[in-house]
Amino acid sequence: MRYLTARKRAEGKGASHTGTHHHWHMTLSSVALAFMVPTWVYIFGSALGGTRDEVVASFARPFPAILTALVLIVGMRHFAMGATMMIEDYARGTSRKLGIITAYSLSAVITATGLFALLKIAL
Amino acid sequence: MVQFTLPKNSKVVTGKTWPKPDGKNVRKFQIYRWNPDDGKNPSVDTYFVDMDKCGPMVLDALIKIKNEIDPTLTFRRSCREGICGSCAMNIDGINTLACIYGLDEVKGDVKIYPLPHMPVIKDLIPDLTHFYAQHASIMPWLETKTNRPAKEWRQSIEDRKKLDGLYECVMCASCSTSCPSYWWNGDKYLGPAALLHAYRWIIDSRDEATGERLDGLEDPFKLYRCHTIMNCAKTCPKGLNPAKAISEIKKMMVDRVV
Repeated sequence: MRYLTARKRAEGKGASHTGTHHHWHMTLSSVALAFMVPTWVYIFGSALGGTRDEVVASFARPFPAILTALVLIVGMRHFAMGATMMIEDYARGTSRKLGIITAYSLSAVITATGLFALLKIAL
Repeated sequence: MVQFTLPKNSKVVTGKTWPKPDGKNVRKFQIYRWNPDDGKNPSVDTYFVDMDKCGPMVLDALIKIKNEIDPTLTFRRSCREGICGSCAMNIDGINTLACIYGLDEVKGDVKIYPLPHMPVIKDLIPDLTHFYAQHASIMPWLETKTNRPAKEWRQSIEDRKKLDGLYECVMCASCSTSCPSYWWNGDKYLGPAALLHAYRWIIDSRDEATGERLDGLEDPFKLYRCHTIMNCAKTCPKGLNPAKAISEIKKMMVDRVV
């Protein structure tokens, strides 16, 4: 029990003066992904059903390789930031912080693994 | 974590069923009841109202129940014409004002609950202390730095028109209590009503504290918890669009940095 005024509770710790960059980054990455993902799905779909050598050759070409790298980097960054927002919505305290760390770690591992595989294919 | 189930002492049980009057046009009302003094769980009481002897609005029926059936039924009301915002409650699943919500708009039994996800003081009365404090925190008044003019702060007709759709808000809390983001993070998120009012002062051409106002809102929780769910615009009994106001604030925030 704390004897705080309603105004004190409403003000909390004040505004953190952050959030706009997060909002702008999510907007930008959404627009970028709206163009990149359908193109990537088309390329991926075209490669589907081919032999291993054909698929590797397809992703070794500059455009599919660069696009795949971009989708991985931008997509995983978008995922991490979106997941952070979702975790902030529903979790509190330590579980909130652990959730955010997990989301960022997962996105970093997926990005690194994807880029490593891509480099092995493309180079 | 967010709680998805009610605590044991908050589970709603079936309450008293009041006698049914004679008459052809009798309607059933199911109303949430909770008394902090009796230590019992909240309940839903059932009332029957002869609609031939009742006014057309939900508030008319509530007043009739209080006057003629159960004087312990507790709810706020004042103006009876949608101006004071006192009688906001959840009617038939929609947060609205009982005084301007017609009984003919409700199909079947009339189910009335207090505004969702707010502490209940008694029956249909929610505790709006935090909601009002959040409103006060956005400085809902004209802030100026220039010396006061001899006559008045002048405003063009075009600039005045920008306040239409904003100034009409009566702070009934229907929008904020319909917002899932406000349910989960109402302690930090200002909610649609306070943000609509914040925008009303941000775009007021006479106000000279635009920067400070935007500074005070720039926060992942105070402003950016709005995920454009749009429940606020759907439920507003005055037909306002708080989601649009919030989106305009976000645009102004981006304009400051990009």
